[in-house]
Amino acid sequence: MRLKTTLLLLLPAVGLIFLFMVIPMLISLLYSFMTANVYGGVTMPFTFGAYVQMLFDQDFSGNLTFMPDYLLIMLRSVYLALATTILSLALGFPIAWYIMCQTPARRTLLLTLVTLPFWINTLIRTYCWILLLRDSGLVNGFLQYLGLIDHPLPLLYNQPAILLGLVYTFLPFMVLPIYATLERLDPRLVEAAYDLYASRWRLFQRVIWPLTKPGIAAGTVLVFAPALGSFLQPDMLGGGKQLLIGSLIEMQFTSSRNWPFGSALAMLVTIAVVLALILQSRRRKVMEARA
Amino acid sequence: MKMSGMAKLRPFDWRHNPGFGTFTALMIMFLYAPLIVLVVYAFNANRLVTIWSGFSLKWFMQVVSDGNIKLAAETSLIVAACATVCATAIAIAAALAFERGWNFFGRGIAVGVVMIPLVVPEIVVAITTLIFFSMLGMTIGILNLVIAHTVFCIPFAMLPMQGRLRSMGAAYEDAARDLYGNEWRIFRRITLPLLAPGIISGAILAFVSSLDDFLISFMVSGAGNTTLPVYVYGMMRQGVTPEVNAISTILLLISTALAVLVFLFSRPSAVSRTAGAAASAVPSS
Amino acid sequence: MNLKAFAIATGLACGLTAGFAASPAQAQSAGVLHIYNWTDYTAPDLITKFTKETGIKVTLDTYDSNETLLAKLKAGGTGYDLVVVSNDFVPIFIDQKLIQPVNAADMPNFKNLDPKWQTRSWDPKAKYTVPWQWGTTSFTYDTSVYTGPVDSLGTLFNPPAAFRGKVSMFGSPSEVINLALVYMGKPICDTTPADLNALVKLLEDQKSSVKVYNSDGVSDRLVSGDTEIAQVWSGDAARARMQKSMLRYVYAKEGAIGWMDNMAVPVGAPDYANALKFINFMMDPKNAAIETNYAGYQNAVPGAARYVTPALASSPEFNPPKSLKMVFTHSCPALAIKDYDRVWTLLRQ
Repeated sequence: MRLKTTLLLLLPAVGLIFLFMVIPMLISLLYSFMTANVYGGVTMPFTFGAYVQMLFDQDFSGNLTFMPDYLLIMLRSVYLALATTILSLALGFPIAWYIMCQTPARRTLLLTLVTLPFWINTLIRTYCWILLLRDSGLVNGFLQYLGLIDHPLPLLYNQPAILLGLVYTFLPFMVLPIYATLERLDPRLVEAAYDLYASRWRLFQRVIWPLTKPGIAAGTVLVFAPALGSFLQPDMLGGGKQLLIGSLIEMQFTSSRNWPFGSALAMLVTIAVVLALILQSRRRKVMEARA
Repeated sequence: MKMSGMAKLRPFDWRHNPGFGTFTALMIMFLYAPLIVLVVYAFNANRLVTIWSGFSLKWFMQVVSDGNIKLAAETSLIVAACATVCATAIAIAAALAFERGWNFFGRGIAVGVVMIPLVVPEIVVAITTLIFFSMLGMTIGILNLVIAHTVFCIPFAMLPMQGRLRSMGAAYEDAARDLYGNEWRIFRRITLPLLAPGIISGAILAFVSSLDDFLISFMVSGAGNTTLPVYVYGMMRQGVTPEVNAISTILLLISTALAVLVFLFSRPSAVSRTAGAAASAVPSS
Repeated sequence: MNLKAFAIATGLACGLTAGFAASPAQAQSAGVLHIYNWTDYTAPDLITKFTKETGIKVTLDTYDSNETLLAKLKAGGTGYDLVVVSNDFVPIFIDQKLIQPVNAADMPNFKNLDPKWQTRSWDPKAKYTVPWQWGTTSFTYDTSVYTGPVDSLGTLFNPPAAFRGKVSMFGSPSEVINLALVYMGKPICDTTPADLNALVKLLEDQKSSVKVYNSDGVSDRLVSGDTEIAQVWSGDAARARMQKSMLRYVYAKEGAIGWMDNMAVPVGAPDYANALKFINFMMDPKNAAIETNYAGYQNAVPGAARYVTPALASSPEFNPPKSLKMVFTHSCPALAIKDYDRVWTLLRQ
């Protein structure tokens, strides 16, 4: 294909995304360097104030003090996103493996089963978890009916609940890429390893894991990025007692009326994810070069 | 299980892993638990989800007669359909360019740009898109929503196509070229049919993402263009009535029907090709 | 080249389809009215009645908070003819030129308004807004959980052990902080450092008993028993009590927050005349009563009282005692907003 055709084909996609996503992001970047208008929006002058605010803020007496709270929120969000990713991996890998070991007809059925819940709105599915997990919910009701507990367990409005909601939402994103790499796994490699007296564990460690790394890498990015910026699950399942970065950003655009700070935080999150993407792509290039 | 000392030639089928099946079954139950709750309570006569008062179809009746929720559902479906058509067409072009095109300088950046919607926090996209639209003076009703949705649907649609193009290989197309076929014919007769499973998967992913979107629709939608997720979010203020359950059950039925159709009309390997997309496409640059 | 043409052609076709889909909504018969209101806050019967009387078709979209409305209008969201703004936000909207004059005093039904509401501190000449609903914000608790006497906001902010882990507070900083200030007896928008530190301490001490900071589904959680004491609006409290009679709405001796939501017309509204018609329509006693019966809050039209359902009209939530100290909030200057933002972030981090 000639260069001209290639570029023309790319024009709609790149053009549209540039226009309606890159430019808005640039607007956001611009806003992060401006001053907050009291009633929302931004105004002159240009300043680094928003970025300074990430670490230093004025206390009630007007003195500039070190404020670790925003860092704490960011770290908590990263931790939660990582936990989601690792948990999705731990749960998703066996599922992908099992599906791969089935007959092709069965595989399609299982894959469809795994992805079908995705069709129902995340909002609604998360709400159903509230119905299941709350004090008067079905899980507690069932456990009490069985006589296992006397008082309802606090299953909702805490961090584990958020983690559950996030893993629930993003599990298919981990299963599918891993499955894809597993599907292309050459069974002869596995059998060869067995012929050389490898145990199951060795087999996994030396053969399967390295070959599925690209799938795992892809799944990691597809889970980590949205989990980090997530807003719905923390809001609905977390009870609002501890802020995460998604809710913090949302707050800046509504009750705090500090759009520059919200934009600055969003830049931070975007950079974090982009870095992760670049790192992971570099690793893949190195691995491919080695192969 | 480490084998010790002497070699043991025990026939071991590496495909047979005890426990994995049970585990997968459990996980599938986990995935469907909320959906079961959803469907069951759509038939609950009582408004409160905590108390079961008997089987009733009244919430379904209410959905049919409630203008607002129907309008919201219609809007969601229209926007999703339009955005899917546009995004899929654009994605086909882009996927072809990336996988069969000239490896030009800056290709990596182009891939990055197309992937941007996947990595940016939605709330910021939502507000800045609204700002941008108003800067441009664009207030064309539902079209605003369609454009915003198309933009984030493009990468979702493109991933399966890229994977498919990669795994199907250019061999057939090259052969056709050797036989002096012209580009358009090759595309129409060879590439497109072979790519079909990828296109279907991409379209489905795009459609579902559009239906699911909340934050962007919340901000960008204008008067009379509320989408279903936005409407449902609003209902949560006062407590969700089982009307939401009813309409979700209807949507679930529609999507199951669609999934079954796709299953019947595409080759068994199509779904695995879909999955193949993300693995190869996302990390590459 | 053909491929690109194909892509563009599809895009265009799609755009045209979407355009056609959009245009019927713009079709003018007797006209359209686009209402943008809080969720579950517009009686469906009202809309049906309005359309029957005027032939105007009504669309209803919803938002969840004043802040969202502000952010959206400020970012340029358009197409809405009627919005509903809380009293403390009205001056902001006026100042930011987001709503336009309606000159309610000139409308035929204006005389139906209670004289005390014809002039409101946030809109003295009723130039921009007309009352929609008003009510109080206090708290409700489950009397079967705690049987002691309750007459103070202290029960909410320093909950007895019985309520440990079962407290629900609103998710918006202004609501929580304003009620806390009322409890502390301090003025709204107070920025004295000592007071602010005390405020932070009060809220942080309360936090260990709080289950949820969320303004959504408050009455749901009360009825289901997930929470047993909650900060709540009067109408919501009434609704909850009707489903669970053990709940009791408390008018504390320190006072309660009073609030009023107002109808306004955004700048750039496409159907200005229809919006005015609706505003006038709402000042008719019968219509005000329809809304009250639906949402459960007070209206500003005395004549509506005889159309309000007896159960509601006699409920405690509907009738604040004359001795109640009702504090109507107003929006705070920049420094206060910043301080409260800090309080809130410290609390929830």
